[in-house]
Amino acid sequence: MSFAWAKQYEPQTAFTKWLDEKLPFPRLVYNAVGAGYPVPRNLNYMWNFGVLAGFCLMIQIVTGVVLAMHYAANAQVAFGTVEHIMRNVNYGWMLRYAHANGASFFFIVIYMHIFRGLFYSSYKAPREMIWLLGVVIFLLMMATAFMGYVLPWGQMSFWGAQVITGLFSAIPLVGEPLQVWLLGGFAPDNAALNRFFSLHFLMPFVIAGVVILHIWALHIPGSSNPTGVEVKQESDTVPFHPYYTAKDGFGLGVFLILFTTMVFFLPNYLGHPDNYIEANPLSTPAHIVPEWYFWPFYAILRAFTGDLSIPFTGIVLIPAKLLGVIAMFGSILLWFFLPWLDKSPVRSGHYRPMFRKFFWFGLIPTMIALFICGGAPAEEPYVVISQIATAYYFLHFLVILPIVSQVEVPKPLPFSITEAVVGKDKPGGTSGGGAIDAGSVVEGLPGTATDGSLQPAE
Amino acid sequence: MASDTAAASELSTEDGVRRRDWIHIAALGTAGVGGASVLFPLVSQMAPSRDVLAASSTEVDVSAIQPGQSIKTTFRKQPLFVKRLSPEEIARAKADDGANMRDPATLADRTKAGHEDILVTMGVCTHLGCVPLGAAEGENKGEFGGYFCPCHGSHYDVAGRIRKGPAPLNLKVPEYSFKSDAVIRVG
Amino acid sequence: MSIRLGGILFGLAITAVLVLWSLLPGAYNYAFGPAPEKQPSYAFYEHGEGPEAGFSFDGAFGKWDYAQLQRGYQVYKEVCSACHSLKFVAFRNLQELGYTEAEVDAEAASWTVPGIDPATGETTTRPGEPTDYFPMPFPNSIAAAAANNNAIPPDLSLMTKARHDGSNYVYSLLTGYGEPDPEKAAKVGFETPPGLYFNKHFPNVNIAMAPPLAVDGQVTYADGTNATIPQMATDVAAFLTWTAEPSLIQRKQTGWFVIGFLLFATVLAFLSYKQIWAGIKPKKG
Repeated sequence: MSFAWAKQYEPQTAFTKWLDEKLPFPRLVYNAVGAGYPVPRNLNYMWNFGVLAGFCLMIQIVTGVVLAMHYAANAQVAFGTVEHIMRNVNYGWMLRYAHANGASFFFIVIYMHIFRGLFYSSYKAPREMIWLLGVVIFLLMMATAFMGYVLPWGQMSFWGAQVITGLFSAIPLVGEPLQVWLLGGFAPDNAALNRFFSLHFLMPFVIAGVVILHIWALHIPGSSNPTGVEVKQESDTVPFHPYYTAKDGFGLGVFLILFTTMVFFLPNYLGHPDNYIEANPLSTPAHIVPEWYFWPFYAILRAFTGDLSIPFTGIVLIPAKLLGVIAMFGSILLWFFLPWLDKSPVRSGHYRPMFRKFFWFGLIPTMIALFICGGAPAEEPYVVISQIATAYYFLHFLVILPIVSQVEVPKPLPFSITEAVVGKDKPGGTSGGGAIDAGSVVEGLPGTATDGSLQPAE
Repeated sequence: MASDTAAASELSTEDGVRRRDWIHIAALGTAGVGGASVLFPLVSQMAPSRDVLAASSTEVDVSAIQPGQSIKTTFRKQPLFVKRLSPEEIARAKADDGANMRDPATLADRTKAGHEDILVTMGVCTHLGCVPLGAAEGENKGEFGGYFCPCHGSHYDVAGRIRKGPAPLNLKVPEYSFKSDAVIRVG
Repeated sequence: MSIRLGGILFGLAITAVLVLWSLLPGAYNYAFGPAPEKQPSYAFYEHGEGPEAGFSFDGAFGKWDYAQLQRGYQVYKEVCSACHSLKFVAFRNLQELGYTEAEVDAEAASWTVPGIDPATGETTTRPGEPTDYFPMPFPNSIAAAAANNNAIPPDLSLMTKARHDGSNYVYSLLTGYGEPDPEKAAKVGFETPPGLYFNKHFPNVNIAMAPPLAVDGQVTYADGTNATIPQMATDVAAFLTWTAEPSLIQRKQTGWFVIGFLLFATVLAFLSYKQIWAGIKPKKG
C-alpha cells in the first residue's frame, strides 16, 4: 500500500475485471494480506502472533455463535443448558471445550503479541495509532472474556460477577448505585446474566471492527521489524503473499497442535473445578480466583491493602479498595501513554542494552510474579510479593522507561534491513546506501530521517 | 543478492508446474481437507440432539373413549389423535376403501387387527403442518366426516385419509402397540 | 514532554503509596510479626492419592472398564442414591455402560420417578422410563437440609469435575474415614464436632456425611467381584467420572486423530514455507 514498489492488483479474467470495477474486494484483500503488501523480509516468529490473534477471534466467533444456539441465559436453566451442550448436542463437548480453551489461547497469543510490541517498541511513531487501537482491543477482550465466564452460571461465574461488578462500587458517590445498575439488581441474577449474554455476543463483533481499524492503521506505515530500522528500499521487503502466508500457515499449524492438545486431552486444566458447581448465592467458594489471564491485574488489585491516609490523623484520603481499583485500571490505561513515555529514537530492544536489561530482568519477572500472586490465595508471602511487583510495574513504565530512553547509549544500528539480513553487501540498484558507513548509523525517527527513505503513504 | 533476484524471478515465471510444486499443492490440499472436516461438527450440532432423538414413548388409556369420540394428546411434542370409531363410521370407512383416493389405504391398513375401532393418527396435516379440526366435540369434521384442516381446506375421512384439498398424504399413523385392551403405547 | 513528566510523577506517587502505606508494614509483619494461626484441623489433612492401581480411563490412551462402571452404578443405586441426586444423567445414558436396550428399560422401571395422574392431573409416582432423568431423593433443598442435619447432599452428576483431581478425590474421600491420631489430637486440642465425622481426605477433615461405605460386602456384585470398601470406592469413583464426562474416551480418541492430522499438515506447511523462502533466506554474513 504505502511503498512505491508494491505490486498492483491486475484482474485476469473478465469476471474479476468486472468485479474490480464494481466492488474491488479482491483488490482490497490483495493489498491487505496478499502480494500487494510489501513486508520487511526479516520478521521473526514473534510476528506470527498478529495473524494468530485474528484466527483466535474467528474460532471464538464461530464456536460462540454455535453454542448460543443451545444455550439459554436464564439463571434457572443456564447451568443445565451448558450440561445439555456437553451431553446431548452433537459434538457439543468439542465445541464448548474449543470455546473455553479458545479464550485462553486467544489471551496467550495476545500477550505474546503485546510483549513483542513492548520489546521491539512497536508502539513508537509512526505506529502509535496501531498500538492505541491494540490496547482498545485488549480492553474489549477482557470485558468480553469476563462476561463469557459468567454465562455457565457456576460458582466462579456467579462470584466473579459479584466481585468484578463490586470493583465499581469503589468509585466515590456513584459507586454503589452504579453496581446495582450494572447488575440490574442487588446480586447477580437473571437481569445480569441476560445482559452479559447479550453483550458477550455483541462485543466480539465490535472487536472485529476495531481489528479492521488496527490492520488499516498498520498498512499506513507498514509492519515494523526486529531491527527497528524502517524500510528503505525494495530489497528490504518481500510480498506478504506467498512469503508470510506460508510462514503464518506453518505458525498456525503449530498453534493448532497445541490448542487441540488442550481441547482433547486437558480441557479443564485452565478452568476451575468450582465452576462445575451450580451458582449458589448463599455460599462463596473458599478461594475465588478469576481466569488465569486476569491474574496479573488481579494481583495489582489486591496489592493495595492499606488506606491512603494522613499519618497520625486517621483522615482517609483514598480507601484501599479504591486505590486497588485505580491501580488495576491504571496498569492497563498507562499503555495508552507508552508512545510518549519512551522517547528513545531506537526501536528494537536488540540495540538498547539498558532497556533490554530492564525488560528481561525487570518487567518479565515482575509479570510472572504478579501472575503467580494473582492466582494464589490472599496470604503471605504473596501479598508482599505482589506489592513489590506492583511497585516495580508502575516504576518500569512511568519512571524507568522515560529515564532510560534519555540516558542510554544505543548500539549501532544496521543501515538497512537488507544489510542486517545479508551482511554489508551493497544493496543493488539503490542510492544513498553506499555513502554512509553502514554500522555506525543510528537511525532517527522516520519523521526526522533526512534521507527520505520512508515512502509517503498512498 | 543474486540469489534473491533469482528466487524472485523464478516465482514470477509461469512456465508450467515446477518439479517441487507438489509440496505446495499437498499443503494447500491438506489445509482444505482440515477446513472441510471442521465443518462437520459445526453442521452436525444443528441436527436433533440426543435427548430429542431418544425415542420418547407415550402411553394412552383408550378405555374411556366413547364410540365416535376422539381425544387429543401429544407424542414427540406433536398432537396425537386417538379416535374410537362408531360402527357406522367403520362401515362408512370400509365402504370407501375402494374409492378413488390420492393416497389409497384401507381401514385395516390403518388400524391394528382386532382393534379396528381404534384409529391412532398424528394430528398434523400432511399439507403444511397445521392441526386439523374434528378431534373435539362440535368441531368441523369436513365433508367426509373425519378431520378438516382449516388452514388450506384439506378434508380427511373417518379413517384419516385425504379425500379433498391440497394435502398429499393421509394423516400419519405412528408406530404403536396395544399393551392391553385398554392401553396403547405410542413410539 | 509533559506526558513524560506527569508519568514519572504519577509512577513515583503510586510507588510511594505502596511502599509507605502497605509494603513496609506488610513486609515488617511478614518478617517479624506473629505467624498466622492455622486451624488445628489442618494438621490432620492428608492429600488423597486415589486407588493404588489407578483408573482404566487415566492417561491419553485410557479406556472405560465397562464391568467396573456397571459395578459403580450398582453402588450408586444401592448406597449413594438414598441422599445424592444425579440430575443431569438420564436412564437412557446407561446404555453407554454396556447395558442392552431391554436392560435399560428394566433398570429404568426399577426406579420410581414423579409423574402426573393422566385422569386427575394430581402428582403421583410411576416407574421410570429410559427418557427420564435420575430422580431427586428430596423434593427440594429445604427438605434435603432438614433430613441431613442442615448439610445438603450435593448432586453427584459433575462431582469428579467439581473437585480438583476429582476421580481420585471421590475414592480418597470414601476411604478416608477413621479416627484422628489421638496423641496428636490431644496435643492441639482437636475434636471432631458433634454430628460430623472425621475424614482425613476432606479439606477441613470434618465432614457431615456419615461413612457411606461402612463394611465389606455392603453391596453384592452381580459379577462376583469381592466388594471390599476400596473396591466399591474405586467402582463408584469410576462411575461418577463417567457421569461427569460421558464423552471422555471419545474425546481422547478424537484427539489422537486430530493431532495426527495436524502434525502431518504442519510438516507439509513447514516444507512449503521453507521452499518458498529457499531463494530469499539470508546467508548470515
